[in-house]
Amino acid sequence: MNDPILEMRGVSKSFFGIKALRQVDLTVYAGEIHALMGENGAGKSTLMKILSGAYKPDPGGEIRIEGRPAHIHGPLGGRAAGISIIYQELSLAPNLTVAENIYLGREVSRSGLLAKSAMRAGVGPILQRLGADFTPSTLVTHLSMGQRQLVEIARALHVRSKILIMDEPTTSLSAAESERLFALVRQLRAEGLAIIYISHRMDEVYALGDRVTVLRDGRLVGSLDKSGIRADTIVRMMVGRDVSSFYKKDHDPEAGRGHPVLTAVDMSDAQRVKGCSLTVHAGEVVGLAGLIGAGRTELAHLIIGAAPKISGRLELEGRPIEIRTPGEALEAGIAYLTEDRKALGLFLDMSCLDNINLAVLGNDAKLGWVLDRDKARERADRAFTGLSIRAANAGVPAGGLSGGNQQKVLLSRLLAIAPKVLILDEPTRGVDVGAKSEIYSIIDNLAKAGTAILVISSDLPEIIGICDRVIVMRSGHIAGEIKRTETSPLNQEDIMALATGMEHLDA
Amino acid sequence: MPDDGASQAKAAPVTANGIAAAQETKRQRIRLLVRAAGMLPVLLILCLGFHFLSEGRFFTGQNLGIVLQQAAVNTVLAAGMTFVILTGGIDLSVGSILAASAMAGLTISKLPDFGLLWLPVAVLTGLAFGVINGALIALLRLPPFIVTLGSLTAVRGLARLLGADTTVFNPSIPYAFIGNGSLTLIPGVASIPWLSVIALLVILASWLVLRRTVLGVHIYAVGGNESAARLAGIKVWAVLIFVYGVSGLFAGLGGAMQAARLYAANGLQLGQSYELDAITAVILGGTSFVGGIGSIWGTLVGALIIAVLSNGLILVGVSDIWQYVIKGLVIIGAVALDRYRLQGSART
Repeated sequence: MNDPILEMRGVSKSFFGIKALRQVDLTVYAGEIHALMGENGAGKSTLMKILSGAYKPDPGGEIRIEGRPAHIHGPLGGRAAGISIIYQELSLAPNLTVAENIYLGREVSRSGLLAKSAMRAGVGPILQRLGADFTPSTLVTHLSMGQRQLVEIARALHVRSKILIMDEPTTSLSAAESERLFALVRQLRAEGLAIIYISHRMDEVYALGDRVTVLRDGRLVGSLDKSGIRADTIVRMMVGRDVSSFYKKDHDPEAGRGHPVLTAVDMSDAQRVKGCSLTVHAGEVVGLAGLIGAGRTELAHLIIGAAPKISGRLELEGRPIEIRTPGEALEAGIAYLTEDRKALGLFLDMSCLDNINLAVLGNDAKLGWVLDRDKARERADRAFTGLSIRAANAGVPAGGLSGGNQQKVLLSRLLAIAPKVLILDEPTRGVDVGAKSEIYSIIDNLAKAGTAILVISSDLPEIIGICDRVIVMRSGHIAGEIKRTETSPLNQEDIMALATGMEHLDA
Repeated sequence: MPDDGASQAKAAPVTANGIAAAQETKRQRIRLLVRAAGMLPVLLILCLGFHFLSEGRFFTGQNLGIVLQQAAVNTVLAAGMTFVILTGGIDLSVGSILAASAMAGLTISKLPDFGLLWLPVAVLTGLAFGVINGALIALLRLPPFIVTLGSLTAVRGLARLLGADTTVFNPSIPYAFIGNGSLTLIPGVASIPWLSVIALLVILASWLVLRRTVLGVHIYAVGGNESAARLAGIKVWAVLIFVYGVSGLFAGLGGAMQAARLYAANGLQLGQSYELDAITAVILGGTSFVGGIGSIWGTLVGALIIAVLSNGLILVGVSDIWQYVIKGLVIIGAVALDRYRLQGSART
């Protein structure tokens, strides 16, 4: 290989005396996909923000781009140095067109007026090169998440970036969209870009990574070449210990499968869900798989009364039940963990204590309305030890916690009502490896205790690892169901075939 | 949040890591304390500054009584406004509701047999207007700014209608003592105006509701994240009707306080642009304009800052015109200072 395009030597960063990065080295070559891995809080984002210019590194380290020392200052510094970052939460203005977004901050004007047609013409070739199926004048609000990501990539190419950093780019993409993205990333590699690819997902790192660098607690653990990339090696490097049973499923699917707890019949809303029926038994973990947009979250919202349904009925433990609001669902013992914990789940400015107790405040209250603060504190303490939530104390705002700990706080709120049915929507999204495995064992223990659990997930290894049975949805319908048996374990191919409709082609 | 910070910061065990953790906990506790103290230092500096500039005329029993009395009505309005702003809303109609409530109260007070009822009538008039605001916002999902901008105008019209667009007098209004009397603490030495006693009770009651009841947590939750609150089973509509109801109720109480103080009310002039002072007090008190963060004690400090400024500038002899300019600049400066102070505690 030739000279590295990016070289970081001994880069450190501390905040108020706390070291977020210690003496980290990173070498990236043009024309390679370099996977950067590590648990949340390992220092990946700090490293990224140094490269983008958002943070100034501590003196002592050195950053070289194409062999020359680089000084990256301010938010535009990274871009000036040829580095573009595509963040997990995309940074596009939905009310502007594709062309306007790509030119944002660098608009072309003629005598003070926007040269809209020139801008449209300027982005056309790039969109074509990326194989985009939309025009420069499309409003971003009309684009899917995958298409929006394409716009972000187009923006990076448009400023002639040589280094592209992608932060968990597939988090909100469907499997098909992810495949398209992978192909595109490979194409960019062939064109000579250096790509730093941050991901928690092992299969993506396998599929894409030319090299892997692992960070832990702000330190460089090591780098692996393509031949050395193995899941157990990487996991051990990330968590610093052996993770023998990553997915935990100790509960016996046959013995645990009790009476039907939740039965939904013929559920439909006006658009996304069309006549779906399903049953979840006590002590059973059922997976709800499908592509993004298949209607899984929408079905969950119908069940808990968060969206109006046009048909369908529910039975809870054999008795018909009418649920019109999420509050009624909670009262009935049906708890739903949202896929979007920041927007729909947590109260980021409120303490963990209040977040955990929110659903049961009314039941705990004295005289009907007066808060029982001792009970609340006890409950929060129990949740902190029971789910090993790591935070200074229960009084700190939930927004300051890492993704995994936030998820555990939200889960504690649901567990506080001792639910009969637990619907988990992407329970490990944006959660680090250590917390993931903890969440799996929480799910396992709840199943053992007899809770009926429905897990919506786009992470197929996760579904296969923890579920007894998988229901697959495709464009609003239940496409089929796959059971785990002694002779045939669940596998990704069967699920994908149902999710994409490929099984008809085989027949 | 003066009540929650210190008690929850538990001491960390003293191990190798524990020392660093203990230091961090200590730092956090100090940060919480600074945050809780909020604008209090500004208030104290203003008081001392005016005392010095007015050659010792600020800290006298008589002057402090005047300041407290002047702050009272705005404190009550600002308390209601705190509830509303904590949910991320705004109530522009409090000045008009105050006027309408005072007019309704005074009208009733002149009836021979029902005169004593004027006080509850005034307060309930305010409550009724507040609940109407809340219902429009919560049930019809209209933006609070628009709804209360409309009622600012409409209720002002009703206030004028109530007195046939004249000033209503009642020199023998019952309960006049609440407007002009004082509660004697130590006979001949210390007393406190009844208006201030009411304001203080309102603050205490607000604190109780916000910090010690389920409803209080729900108010913070709705302001912090309305969608999450809905999914968490909180009846968001009920919370919204409640907060606008409280704002109206306190505006009605403010109207009663004004009526008792002046023995009169004028539907056109009374309470003009009071909503601005109330909003200013809440913002000075550190309550976030987008909702979810703030405390009622901050609001009290904010209301006192406004009253001290008005009083002090008069004592120092600043002209009426310059008072406006200085007040405006102090408000902007104080909030800028607040932002600067809170920068360090921004979450990651």
